[in-house]
Amino acid sequence: MSAVAGMATPLPAMSRRRWRALRRFARHRLAMFGVAAIVLLVLGCALLPQALPYDDLHIDLRHRFQAPLAGPHLLGSDPLGRDILARLLMAGRISLTVGFVAMLISTVIGVVIGVFSGFYGGAIGAALMRLVDAVLCFPSIFLLLALAALVSPTLPMLTLIIALTAWMEVARVVDGQIRALRGRDFVVAVEAIGASDLRLMFVELLPNAIAPIVVAATLNVARAILMEAYVSWLGYGIQPPTASWGNMLNNAQEYLTSAPWLALLPGAVITLAVASFNFVGDGLRDALDPRMDPHR
Amino acid sequence: MLRFLLLRLGQSALLLLLVSALGFALLHLLPGGPLSQFALSAGMTQADMDRIAHQMGLDRSLPVQYLVWLRHMVLGDWGRSYRDQQPVLWVITSHLGATLELMLSSTLLAVLLGTWVGVLGAIKRYSVADYLATIGAMIALSIPTFWFGLVVIYIFSVNLAWLPAGNIATIGDGSLLDLLRHLIMPCVVLALVTVATWSRYMRSSMLEVIGQDYVRTAHAKGLAPRHVLIRHTLRNAMLPMITLAGLQVPTLLGGALVAETVFTWPGMGRLFLDSLGYRDYPVVMGLLIVSAVLTLVGNLLADILYVVADPRVRLG
Repeated sequence: MSAVAGMATPLPAMSRRRWRALRRFARHRLAMFGVAAIVLLVLGCALLPQALPYDDLHIDLRHRFQAPLAGPHLLGSDPLGRDILARLLMAGRISLTVGFVAMLISTVIGVVIGVFSGFYGGAIGAALMRLVDAVLCFPSIFLLLALAALVSPTLPMLTLIIALTAWMEVARVVDGQIRALRGRDFVVAVEAIGASDLRLMFVELLPNAIAPIVVAATLNVARAILMEAYVSWLGYGIQPPTASWGNMLNNAQEYLTSAPWLALLPGAVITLAVASFNFVGDGLRDALDPRMDPHR
Repeated sequence: MLRFLLLRLGQSALLLLLVSALGFALLHLLPGGPLSQFALSAGMTQADMDRIAHQMGLDRSLPVQYLVWLRHMVLGDWGRSYRDQQPVLWVITSHLGATLELMLSSTLLAVLLGTWVGVLGAIKRYSVADYLATIGAMIALSIPTFWFGLVVIYIFSVNLAWLPAGNIATIGDGSLLDLLRHLIMPCVVLALVTVATWSRYMRSSMLEVIGQDYVRTAHAKGLAPRHVLIRHTLRNAMLPMITLAGLQVPTLLGGALVAETVFTWPGMGRLFLDSLGYRDYPVVMGLLIVSAVLTLVGNLLADILYVVADPRVRLG
């Protein structure tokens, strides 16, 4: 294993492969755009609100329906005279948090179900995968709305509900990977030494499925942000006066003629955020796939 | 073929059974349950609630309730809507047509446009047009559908006043032109996501087929490039798309719900939202089942059409 004298110490194969994937990712222009936009959004939502002259809940009745760039409010104001920029940023904290946390929960659920199903196969595997099929028979928006409308969720509940309608793809991917690797020599060898099932599943097998999990998880953040927007827009998600990108569009349709910026701005921010995560997911898929076409 | 059909039908029926149990458990285990609508009305005592619960059979164990409900469903008795006492099956079928009109027209649009964009992207791979189509498709997948609907209304109804902002038809005007004018915007909005998906899959499917030996052979024996493209490449590249079309049903139904809400379109999605607002359990349950049935029918049709379309597929 020691390096030949006079040559730079070669990197171990694993980290060299990672380095190459990272380089491929860095060359993916859309993914880089996505990373930059996400970093800016997160920093903006975290730091900017304190620096603004207006609080997101401050009602300014002298400046109701102010158009963007036409008065003291930079991006305009809403029917109560609240500052749109401050609301967009505070809403971003909620929407981005829901997106990230829902992704984490759905990934954990999907991984656990997928690992168990793929490892044990047989009746357990079939039952778990039929469960996945059954949940996928419902359009996820129908399921999400039914749960949200009947539970009237708090913020953590809403996050959990979104996660509960998004774990199926990860479960399928992980199941497929584990099933394919289950009989390989390295698994049988570790099994022969007497390793426990849990060790085999999560220490030996799961790391081989990391790449597709990371891709699916990234795309799930985008999906969760969209879902939060749908549910909140329909009035079953985040409740006012707390702002979320979805509920800022609640009454936008009424004011479409008189104050179109109320509809245009939040939607544009949602699109930017969701597209950024989709770009990153796409870049990761290209970078992590060894069969990647070198021309892109 | 018959054996294959029966097998697939049996699998779908079993899955539907699982789906119905899942939906039933979901709605009945949630806080409130089917009684929550009655709890909203004034002057209800606990005794009243218990009496209603007993009448509705809600004091029995969940599996028993499920079996009773399942028997009624199979016999075609889907209960009555809490809202207007109409039979649920009738309420749903009276809204089904509007949704199907929207879904089918937008699928047609998505298939035509998506195939064209996908084929173009595959033939002129890595051109500016291909790159723009890729970015465009990803952005289309990221736009919240309802917001896209608002933007389209803002441009074409509010500013240009070309198209009506909502509803399925003008009352008193039965002309085809009127129907089409109402259909355009919701159809385009619903097609947004499917066009993007369809063009992406079409592109990669085309690229796969273009590299095949038989396509090279066709070119080598001197066939016109146009002939090779349509008769050899496109026909084979369309095969996997049959499966994709079948898998699109849940996405389309979800999208239809959103488009129907924005454009006040009297379909299943609007009905679902209205019923949720009213805690109309029988209708909500019925709609969940109908959407699952439509999804399963979509999958089944795709499987069968695939076998019919591709004679190389061996039935196991």
